Amino acid sequence: MTESRPVAEQLPLARLLPSDAKLAVAQGGDGHTVLTVDREHLLPVLRAFKERPELACDLLVDICGVDYPGREQRFEVVYHLASLERGHRFRVRVPLAEDSPTVPSAYEVWKAADWFEREAYDMFGIRFEGHPNLKRILTHEAFQGHPLRKDYDPARRWLLTDAETMVPEWAKETPGGDGQFETQVLNLGPSHPATHGTLRTVVRLDGEVITQAECEIGYLHRCFEKMAETHEWQQVIPYTDRLNYCSSMINGVGYALAVEKMLGITAPPRAQAVEVILSELSRIMDHCVCLGANLVDLGALTNFWYFFQPREEIYGLLEACAGGRLTVSYVRIGGLAHDVPEDFAARVRYLLEYIPKFLDDVDRLVTSNRIFRDRTEGVGVISAEDAVAWGWTGPCLRASGVPYDVRKAHPYLGYERYDFDVPVASTGDTYARYLVRMEEMRQSLRIVRQAVDMLPDGPVITDNHHVALPPKSKVYNEMEALIWHFKLIFEGIRVPPGDAYSFTEGANGELGYYIVADGGGKPYRIKVRPPCFAVFQAYPHMLVGHMIPDSIAILGSLNIIAGELDR
Amino acid sequence: MRNVPTVSVDRPPSTLGERIHLVPIIRGLGVTLRHFLRNLVGKRDVATIEYPERLRGRHILTTKEDGSLRCVACFMCETACPADCIYIVAEEDPNATVEWEKKPLVYEIDLLRCVFCGFCVDACPKEAIIMSREHEMAFAARPEAIVGIEQLRQKGPIEGEDLGYRPYY
Repeated sequence: MTESRPVAEQLPLARLLPSDAKLAVAQGGDGHTVLTVDREHLLPVLRAFKERPELACDLLVDICGVDYPGREQRFEVVYHLASLERGHRFRVRVPLAEDSPTVPSAYEVWKAADWFEREAYDMFGIRFEGHPNLKRILTHEAFQGHPLRKDYDPARRWLLTDAETMVPEWAKETPGGDGQFETQVLNLGPSHPATHGTLRTVVRLDGEVITQAECEIGYLHRCFEKMAETHEWQQVIPYTDRLNYCSSMINGVGYALAVEKMLGITAPPRAQAVEVILSELSRIMDHCVCLGANLVDLGALTNFWYFFQPREEIYGLLEACAGGRLTVSYVRIGGLAHDVPEDFAARVRYLLEYIPKFLDDVDRLVTSNRIFRDRTEGVGVISAEDAVAWGWTGPCLRASGVPYDVRKAHPYLGYERYDFDVPVASTGDTYARYLVRMEEMRQSLRIVRQAVDMLPDGPVITDNHHVALPPKSKVYNEMEALIWHFKLIFEGIRVPPGDAYSFTEGANGELGYYIVADGGGKPYRIKVRPPCFAVFQAYPHMLVGHMIPDSIAILGSLNIIAGELDR
Repeated sequence: MRNVPTVSVDRPPSTLGERIHLVPIIRGLGVTLRHFLRNLVGKRDVATIEYPERLRGRHILTTKEDGSLRCVACFMCETACPADCIYIVAEEDPNATVEWEKKPLVYEIDLLRCVFCGFCVDACPKEAIIMSREHEMAFAARPEAIVGIEQLRQKGPIEGEDLGYRPYY
C-alpha cells in the first residue's frame, strides 16, 4: 500500500475530464487513482483519458465486472487504464442497476475492449451497447445464466454438446468467390497438432489466402475465478499454478504479491530473492517451450530437444525446492512454504553455466538460417500503435518496439536492484518475436546471476501469524502458536475490505490480479488479467492476407497458453 | 517508460553467404554433429533421475509406537485441502489414555481429486499425515482411487518408508 503515484494525484482530473461528468475520485488501496462515473458520461470520460496528452492512457489493461447483490446498484464494471509513457494508472468504476445492466462499448476507443467486454458479458450478463460481436466467449453459447454472479451456484453443472451454435455467422453463408478461386471455410483446431492447446480458429480461404478469421476459445475454461471465491485466500495458490502452466511459479508470485498488497505486508528479503530467481528461471522455461514449439511447427525439430534439456534441469531445481515440477505450490502469502535446499545456490550456478550452451546451439542453428528467416520475416507484422491498441504487453509488444516491461516500469520484488536491459525489436514480425524471446532468456540469466550472488540469509516467510502458519516446532510445543495455527486453517487469512490491482511481468506480458475483499476469509472476487488473452484477440485480424502455414507460424510466436487464456 | 535501458535485437539483412544457405548449413551441421558425437561416445553412464527429498507423492498416515494412528481426527487437513479430497469420520478412541480422545473411524483420500499440493501436511498439528515419494499410481476403476486407513497407514518403521514431503521445523 506504500506505492504512490504522485503524478496522478497532482493531475487536475476535474479540469481534464468532461466538465458535466459527475465524478467521484478516490485513492485506491494500491495507490491507483479510482474514479466512479455514471454510465451516461462513461464514453466521454474514457475518450478524455485516452486523448488528453496529460493523461495519455493508451493501454486498456482490463475490463471486468463485479457483483454486489446487497447494493442498490448491483453490478460494477471496472476499467483498468494505464499510460505507458507517463507510467500512471487509473481505475474507472461504473455502477449499474440490476434491471438494466448496460454500458456503452469502449471498443471504439480501445480495440482491446473486444474480448474483455465479451468476457464481462459472459460472466455477469452486462451488455455493452455498440460492441461488434457481443457473444459468450469462455462458456458454451448454449450455457444458461452468468456464472460469476453471486447467486449462481458454484456446484451447478451443464452438459453441453451442441456444436452448431459455435459457427460464426459469416461462415454459414454460401461462399461466393470471384470465379477465379473457390472460397471455403476451414476449421483450424480445436484439436490440432499445431495449435498447442485447445484453440479453434475458423478461417475463410480464398484459394490459399485467409480472407476472414474468427477464434473460439474457452475449451479449457474451468472458472478459476469462481473457484477462488469458494476457497480461502491461501487455498487459491494451487489453482494459480494451472494458469500459465509453462511458468507456474510466476503466477503464484503474482497472486501472493496481490494479497500482500491488500494486507500491507511484504515477504522477507530471502523469500523475495528466491522468488526472483525461480521466476526468472520459469520465464526461461516458458520461452523455451514457446520457441521450441514454434520452431517445430516450422519444421525445425532439433531445436525442440535443445530447448527442452535446460528446461528439464530447471524443473529439477523447482522440484527440489518445492516438491513438485509443474504444480509447484511453493509460494505462500507472506513468503515461501519452506526454505530452499542447502545446495540451492550451487545448483543455480550450475544452471547459469548450463543453459547458455543450449541457447547458443539454437542460435547457431536457426537465427541466421535463411529458411527460417524467409518463413518468419514480414509474417504477422503488427505495428506498435496496433499492438498497444489491442492491449498487448510482454515480449510480443517489445518485438514491435515498445520497451514496456513491468519489471522496469513498476518494479516489484526488488527488481530495481538488478541490472538488466529490456530487449526490443522494431519490425514486429514473427522473427522479431523470436529474437526478443532469445535475448530475454539471456537477460533473465543476468538477473539470476545477480540475485544468487546477493542471496540474503534469514527467514523465508513473514512472522506475522495473522498471515503465515507458525513453524511446526512451535505448533507442537506452544499453546499460542497452536491457536494461531487453528485459526488460520479454519478461518483463513482476514484480508481487510477493499480492492487492489497488482501486476507483475509474466512470461507473456502483464499478469494482473484485481482483487476485491470483503473482510472474510475468502476472496470476494479475483479477476485475473491474463496477458495472452489480450494478445490472442488480435490474432484473427493478423491472419487476414496470410496463408495457412503462416497462421501456424504466427500462432506459435504469440505463445498462447490455454490455461491462462481460458482460466 | 522513460530511461529504460534497452537492447535492440534487430538483425541486419542476410549476408550473401547466408542467402546462398551455405554458411548457416555448415554451422548448423557442426552443431548437430557435435551433439551426435558426444551422445555416441559419452553419456554411457546416464543415471536414472533421482527424485528429490521433498517430492510430494502419495500420503502416509503415521502411527505411534503401539501401531495406532497418530491422527486425532481434528479435521484440519480436510479443511485445508483445496481439492476437497479428504473425507474423515471421527469416533471416540476406546484405548485413549485421557477421556474423550478422538480417532478417525474413516479416513479416505480420493487420489484422483488430490492435487498433491501438500497443504494437508502443512495443516496437520500432529505430524500424522506426511507424504511419500510414491508417485506411480494406477487404478483400474475410479472407486479404487479412494484409499482408506489401511492403504494409507505406514507399513513398518517410519525409516523404512520412501519419505517425501514432511513438515520443516
